[in-house]
Amino acid sequence: MATERLAIIATKGTLDMAYPPLILASTAASLGIEAAVFFTFYGLNIVHKKKVNELKIAPVGNPAMPMAFPPSMQNPITNTISSVLPGPPQIMGIIPGMTDLMSFMMKKTIKEHGVASIPELLEACKEADVKLIPCQMTMELFGYKYEDLIDGLEPPAGAATFINYVTEADKPMIIFV
Amino acid sequence: MATITPDKTLDASGLNCPLPVLKTKKALEELQSGQVLEVITTDPGAKADIPAFCNRTGHQLLETVEEGGKIIFYLRKK
Repeated sequence: MATERLAIIATKGTLDMAYPPLILASTAASLGIEAAVFFTFYGLNIVHKKKVNELKIAPVGNPAMPMAFPPSMQNPITNTISSVLPGPPQIMGIIPGMTDLMSFMMKKTIKEHGVASIPELLEACKEADVKLIPCQMTMELFGYKYEDLIDGLEPPAGAATFINYVTEADKPMIIFV
Repeated sequence: MATITPDKTLDASGLNCPLPVLKTKKALEELQSGQVLEVITTDPGAKADIPAFCNRTGHQLLETVEEGGKIIFYLRKK
């Protein structure tokens, strides 16, 4: 059978943007497609041992963010807030701790909805033989060492390695996140 | 009610995309060719995703049953 490869470029290091690359890569692998994720720039935080547990979602600059309370926190008061405010007002984002609070609430909502956590999805990717490739150049730029990153990654690589991985396939697909 | 007797049951209730598909893939690995896997899910997205998984991988989707908020799939391993 012709080789099919899905190559995903993950450039963002926020909690929400960590999901699409890992969901698509693990699912593609389950469907019998070879998959790789190239982590570059802030996307490197998704495979950083410490920072992967501190991924955040910011209300500032994110007007689409809903005022979603986790199911366990829904009561007449929070329901009223949700019905009045479509989302957290942008001005609230400048209050110290607001990004942490929003991130905490989002993680709680994710968990209560039976959505996998990022570390769980990383494990699913590794089990499914998804290649997780950290970008050498960005590692140097940010001062990340290979041992700062989670176990089970491919050796750090550059653009040529990634392009070669893609073009080796009979049916290559690329997704940029 | 389904009339199919599964060889194995995977309860993926309460789990959301992409976990039902990932867990289905893993559960099928433990079965022999021709055996039947029952997948119980509450994820509405699975209604389209499990058939897509079968279409892609060649496993046969024998039956889909919806009852009481649950969607139950019967898959025969390729």
